[in-house]
This record gives sequence, structure tokens and C-alpha cells, in this order.
Amino acid sequence: MDTISRKGELRMMALFAVIVLLMPIWLIPFGAAYPDLLQKFAIFGIFAVGFNILFGLTGYLSFGHAVFLGVGSYAAVWSFKLFTMNVIPAVIFGVLFSGIFAAVIGFVSLRRSGIYFSILTLAFAQMSYNLAYSVLTPITNGETGLQLRLHDLRMIDGLFIEAGEGLPLTNLFGIKMSGYPGFYFCAVLLILAFYLALRIKNSPFGMALKAIKSNQLRMGYTGFNTRPYLMSAFMISGMYAGLAGALLAVTDPLAGAERMQWTASGEVVLMTILGGVGTLFGPLLGAGLIKYFENIFSSYNDALLQETFSFLPDMLNNLMVGIISPFVGDGWHLTLGGLFMVIIIFLPGGIVGGITMVWRRYMKKRGASAEMEGETS
Amino acid sequence: MDSIFLQILNGLDKGGAYALIALGLTLVFGTLGVVNFAHGAIFMLGSFCAVTTQNLLTYSKKVKDESITYFEAFKEVPYLEIWWGDTGSFIIDYKVPFSILLAIPVMLLIGLAMERGLIRHFYNRPHADQILVTFGLAIVIQEIVKSIYGANPIPVPAPAIVAGSASIGSWIGLGESVVYPWWRLIYLANALVVISAVFSFLKFTTYGMVVRAGMQDRETVGLLGIDIQRRFTVVFGMASVVVGIAGVMYTPILSPDYHMGMDFLVLSFVVVVVGGMGSLEGAVVAGFMLGVLQSFAAMNEIKSIFPGIDQIIVYLVAVIILLTRPRGLMGRKGVMED
Amino acid sequence: MTTVLNVSGVNKRFGGLQALDNVNLKVEEGQTLAIIGPNGAGKSTLLNVCIGRLAPDSGSVEFHGETLIGKQPYEINQAGVARVFQTPEIFPELNLLENVMIPALSKRNGAFHFNIISRMREEKQIEADAISFLEEFGLQDQSDNEAGTLSRGDKRRLELAMCLVQKPKLLLLDEPTAGMSRHDTNTTIELLKKIKESGMTKVIIEHDMQVVFSLADKIVVLAQGAIIAGGTPDEIRNDPKVQEAYLGEEQV
Repeated sequence: MDTISRKGELRMMALFAVIVLLMPIWLIPFGAAYPDLLQKFAIFGIFAVGFNILFGLTGYLSFGHAVFLGVGSYAAVWSFKLFTMNVIPAVIFGVLFSGIFAAVIGFVSLRRSGIYFSILTLAFAQMSYNLAYSVLTPITNGETGLQLRLHDLRMIDGLFIEAGEGLPLTNLFGIKMSGYPGFYFCAVLLILAFYLALRIKNSPFGMALKAIKSNQLRMGYTGFNTRPYLMSAFMISGMYAGLAGALLAVTDPLAGAERMQWTASGEVVLMTILGGVGTLFGPLLGAGLIKYFENIFSSYNDALLQETFSFLPDMLNNLMVGIISPFVGDGWHLTLGGLFMVIIIFLPGGIVGGITMVWRRYMKKRGASAEMEGETS
Repeated sequence: MDSIFLQILNGLDKGGAYALIALGLTLVFGTLGVVNFAHGAIFMLGSFCAVTTQNLLTYSKKVKDESITYFEAFKEVPYLEIWWGDTGSFIIDYKVPFSILLAIPVMLLIGLAMERGLIRHFYNRPHADQILVTFGLAIVIQEIVKSIYGANPIPVPAPAIVAGSASIGSWIGLGESVVYPWWRLIYLANALVVISAVFSFLKFTTYGMVVRAGMQDRETVGLLGIDIQRRFTVVFGMASVVVGIAGVMYTPILSPDYHMGMDFLVLSFVVVVVGGMGSLEGAVVAGFMLGVLQSFAAMNEIKSIFPGIDQIIVYLVAVIILLTRPRGLMGRKGVMED
Repeated sequence: MTTVLNVSGVNKRFGGLQALDNVNLKVEEGQTLAIIGPNGAGKSTLLNVCIGRLAPDSGSVEFHGETLIGKQPYEINQAGVARVFQTPEIFPELNLLENVMIPALSKRNGAFHFNIISRMREEKQIEADAISFLEEFGLQDQSDNEAGTLSRGDKRRLELAMCLVQKPKLLLLDEPTAGMSRHDTNTTIELLKKIKESGMTKVIIEHDMQVVFSLADKIVVLAQGAIIAGGTPDEIRNDPKVQEAYLGEEQV
């Protein structure tokens, strides 16, 4: 069996938790150990892990997952506005509403498979995006985006606390959710979300999803009603996206429609593919790398490049800067697109898939040579 | 009455653009079986052919401005005007039609290079891989364009003579007040011409017949000893030219920027799906139909009944079609139906 | 003896073609029924009617007294009908053990079971079941391999194991030896004989006469959508109408 034992699972989770929680330390040498970026790692990690439950396990490629991210954000901000600045209800609302949206969109889209499913989800994403910009302005605040206001209702907070000066901050029972506390809140949820994804993957339910991906016809004649399986996978993965969206609002309480655009859905596809579809850690790695490069690459400019290559003679320096500068700064999307194509063409299993392949080959070689030694001795 | 007439015209005109883009998309899908998410990017490249032509034609020299005598002033004068005077100005004015001359060979080359270099290796990969790799390609193309031309829309005006509106109402007896922009009429005519050209090519030439036969049954045509692969490469080039021309002609209507391709992509997929994957006639009919539907949905009378309908009508139609008739309006039974 | 499958008065038209013409047949428990007939005789149509994929224009298809018409594939499987396809339908990306565990799970848990928290690894009973079936079919050595890497004959074995682990009440086989080498055909026949000995009720659609005559208790001959003969293998062998149907085909 391809799954790990209870003990192995526990060890893996412990290691994972340590790695995630210690990110503020071990990411220092990479220049990535500041709360804003760390929060993004955790949030988009959740998004990608959830997306992978759908795409990785069932093979259904949704191009509209950003809708759920957006819905999660809107729901969370409304929870801040209407009820309380406490983040727990916000997260719950985010997950709940994205679950409802996923149920509706999934119910319709899952009637088709393959490319038609992708296009249906794409169509729903565009509809939601367009509506958020136009008639739904009372809910979404249109182009400006939904923001907190001084005179928001905040029914529950109003009962306990005097409204202070200025905009209130999101909090977890009094702990401010900006900076590192915000990161740790997201990190804990990431660990939980990852654990759930691990359990799903190794459960009979997850096995059924993998079998649906492998051969849907056989699944039917094996007695499985595939629709509710796909529906559950779609909803779970939509709720993951909603959680991520809510966390975006927790760390920065505003929500805009651009979060729902289909290119935003494309981004989570990129993350998952880059890291490795269907693998446990791949989507996390992909999300981390993309968010890292987005921040690091995009901050590079020509002056910084000049400095980096200052050890070279002038002519070479200018040449290097000339070659590299289109790929950094504003042009980092170019690097991303190119990298993505390379991965699809040469390494369909993504980074994790590639590493596994190399590792297996190495082990095989070692096994073979050990056998040879055994024969000669 | 007037407004309905104008809406129909408006819709047909919008539909012309949809139909052209969708035609290219479905040509590629029907012949090569490839789902091309980079199609919008090719449309965008077409528009930037017009931008490039404009840049080339207006390549300028700084000359002293004689009309200002108080101090030394300079103005930019295009070389063309310096060399050829009025003829030069005329050429610059007609840059959009002229850029078609540039766009045809350039788009053909781009199309051929794309097919040879990338798409060909994905014929036998799953559709998801095709979607993903072409999506990546689209990002790369649009980022390259962005790094060359910048992020802002670049206006490329139509020739001055057709810059205004045609008093179309007086032609057909609806009164002077009914007017419509000249260039949009030209666009519609252009769309019709290109569409007919593609169809006559496929219907009346032997080359086109082989391609159509290949769309029906690729294997058999291959068995007849015809190099269908090569013809499909040409088809890809042709699809690029079609959508490239659509892009060139669209520039006076919408100033091109680097992400216009992505904006049109989703829409053109919707058109193809509604028309029926791989059905050329379907793509054209659906293009015009959705264009007209969209412009009617944008009328205030309709919007007051269904608020926001103009924003979603196209997608709504696509969802309904996909659920009730997955092969689309004119798709063949059994093609990509599951 | 109880009747497992009862097809009565089934008609099906496609445009001008009478694909099935008043077809009646009964399958008794423990019996192996073979349906033979020349190409285009309506064998596949009959099978598709039996498994609910095609609704007949008239007539009824009953399985243990319950109608199968209009049912989804999964409902028919849950009722106790397992199906073997012309080209083996397995889960190529999963390993052999998983391939057999999945149908066993379906048998135990039903058509849908939202058990996202339990662990596949701890399904010991299911695993033991699957392993015993893999052993029975001689596939235990490959149980960690991906099913897609198997030879065609082994894929067929695996598919049979997947069907039988569900302990179905009826096994439908659609040309189980189509496209197989002589050697693979022979081993498959041996396997099917073994299954027959265990008392499994089977319906086989087959082209290959060797397969049919070595397995069937009862043979039904279909030609142009109608049953032209039915009986024991010996009766069928000597039936002039059958010879005509087949010779007629050969002359074309």
C-alpha cells in the first residue's frame, strides 16, 4: 500500500508542524522571514492543498477556484463589519459561504467532465466576477472593494467593548491578528488543513477519488455512485479555498473582486502543477515558491542587479543585467510562465514528482549494485 | 424601433469579433484536437502588429519648429512625411489597413512556429496538459509584449475619413438621428469577408477538402497517403492569421494592451462551446448570436427587469447549453460529449 | 432453481433497424448462458439492455424479480451484477491490491460512503479479502505493481478478480477473450471453468466457438435481433438454422 502507518503519519505531522512553525527562523537566510510573506505562504498553502484534493485526486481541473477564495474573503469582512472583529466567526463564515457556493457551482459543473468541466467552472468564475463588479455592489462594494468602516455595526463587539478611536483591528480574543500572531494563526490552520488533506488522501474516500480519476467507467460498474464523491471533493476543496480567503481578510481586512478573476484561479493551478499534482507536499512547495518569487523577484530592479553583479567587469555586468532584467521586477510573471511551461513539458509530476523519480532511480541503482556485490562476494 | 435596430447592429458587430476569434479556436480544436488557451494571446499579438506598424511608420526625427520664433523649439516629424510629404501622411493615416499586410506574414510565422515548436508535442497528451501548457505560453507571450510595449493601452486610431459615424438611419429611412460608427461597420464587413474566405477555402479547394476530411476522421485520411500532419500545421498558421486580422482590425475599437488576450479568451471559449466544439459553422453562428444577445441584454429596458443580466448573459447561455445539449448548437454527436 | 435474470419480450429499434426482436431468455442460478451470433446480430444491444444502458422499446428485464431498466450502472452493480468488458476496464494508475480493494469496499460500504477520516491501511478485512483473490488468480506476486503495466491476459484476470471479490449474483462477460492470443485465451477459459465450478451464474457474449462450447450449459443463438435457436451445446451444434446463420455470414 502506498499509504503510511499511524506512527509514520504522526512523525510526519510532527516534523511538518515544526517546519511550518519555525519558518520565521529558517527562512531568514532566504530573506523571507517577515510576517506578511509568511502569512501568504500559509494562506496560499491552504488554498493549494485544497485545490489538490480536487485536481490531484479526481483529475477534475477547475479554472474557477478563485471564486471561493473571494467568497471567503467577502464573508469574513462582513463578519467583521456586522458582528465582531474576532476572527473565529469570520473564518467559520468564510468556510460556510464558500461551501454553499461550491455546492451550487459543483452541482451544475460536475454534470460534465474533462474540458467541459473546466469551461463551466471558468464561466461561473467570470459570472461571479462580473456580478461582484456590477449589481452586487451593495455587497461587494464594487471596484473599491469591501472595507471596514468606523461606523460599522459590529453587534457583538458593541456589547462588550467601547468603540475606540480609529478602525478596530482583527483579533483572536484580544490577540491582534497582524504580524507574527497572524502568521501563527494561519500556520496552525495550515497544519490542521494539511492533516485533514493527508487523512482524506489515505482514506477509502480518497481511494475512491483516485479510482474515479483512473477509470470513471469502471467505477460505475463497480457500484460506486461517483457524483456524490466528486461533489464532496469539490465542496471540500472549495471550503479550503474559502478558509484561505477568510484568512486573507483576517490578516488584511479588505476584499476585492479581482481576487475572483479567472487568472487568479490560474495561479493556484500553477502552484499545484509546479510543486507536483497529487503529491502531498507539492502544492505547498509550489505555493511557497510562487509567493516567494513574487515577492523577491518582483523587488529586484536594475540597480539591485548591477550591485549583485558588481564583481564582474563593466561590460559583462551590463550584459548580465540586460539579460536578467526582463525576468525580474515587473517581469517576474515571464519567469513564472516560462518555468511553468518547462515543468509541464519536461516534468509533468512537478518538482516533487521529479525528486521522487530521481530518488527512485537512485534507490534502484543502489539496490542493483548491492545485488551485484552480493553475487560477487 | 431605432434602438432595436442599433442593438442588432451593435450585436452583429460584437459578434463579428467573437465569431472570428472562435473560428480560429475551433479550427485548431477540430483539426488538431488541441485546446489552445494561448489563442487569446495570438489575438493580442495581432493587435500589436498594428501597434508595431504605427510605431514603424511614425518613426520620427526631431526638426526645428519654424512656426515658433521666440525660442528654439523642436517637433517630431515622421521620416515618412519628410521624405514623401503628403503621400507619407496618407500612409500614416491608413496605418490600420496597412498593418494587415504586416500581420499576415507575421501571424503565419508565429502560428507555424508555435505548432512546430510546442503544440505538436501535445497532440497525444491529455487535454488538461494542453490547457496548462498553452496557458503558460499565453502568460509568456503577454509578459513579453508587456516588457516591450509597456502596460498601458496604446491607441491606434482608424483612418480620419472613417473616424466619424455613418448616418445609417437616412440610408434605410429611419431618420437622421440613427448613426453608427464607420469603423464598426467596416469591422463587421471585414469579419464577414474573412469568414467567407475561410469557408470557401475549406469548401472549394482540394486542400481545404482534405483538411475537412481530416477533421472527420484523421486516421483514414492519413491512410490515404496524405501528409495530414503538415496540412494541420498550415491550418494552425491559418487560424493564427484569422485571429490576427481580427486583432488588427479591432485596434481602433479597443486600444490594445497586453492582457486583452486573456479577456477575450474566456469569451471565445464560451462561443466555441455554445456553437459546438469543432464545428466551424457553430462557432460563427454562436459568435453572432451571443453578440446580439449581449447587446440586447445591455438595453436599459432589459436590465431593469433582470439587473446584471448584461454581465452574465453569455456565460449563462453557455451553462444552459452545456447542461442541456453538451455537443453545442451545431456540434456533431459524439464529439467530446462526455 | 431460481431464475436470476429474466428477459422477456424485449424489442429495440434504431431507426429502420430492428436491433432486438421479441427476445426472451431466462438464466437460472448456477447456469452459464452463452449468447452467440454473427456480427451485427444484436448481441451488444442485448447486453446493453440487460445492464440498463439502453432502454428497450418494450419488454422487461428483471434481475431476481427487480427491473433493471432505467437503472444506473452503480445501482445494477449494487444489486449484484458484475461486468467484464471487451477490453479489460481496470484502474491502470493504481496497484493491483488497490484495484481489488476498491470493489470490495463498494460491496461493503454501498454506493456512497463519506469516510474521509478512516484509514485505508486499517481496512484489514478488505485487504485480506483482496489478497486472497489475487492469490486465487495468481497475481499475488505483482500486487504492488501498477495495473497499467500488466499484460492483456493478466489485466483480464485482474478484472475478473475485481468482479468476483464482490461475490456477485450474476457475472456478465462481453467477449472475454476478444483480441487475446491463443495462449491467453486458453488460460482465460481455464479460469472461467474454475469460476463456473464455484457455482457462479454467468452470461457470456462470445464470438469464439471454442470458448462457448467449453463453458456454456445453455446457448442462445441470435441473428438479426431475434433468437433463432436455444439449447444445450450439443443441440446447437447440430441445429441446421444455426449453421445457416453462420455459413450465411461466411459466404459474405
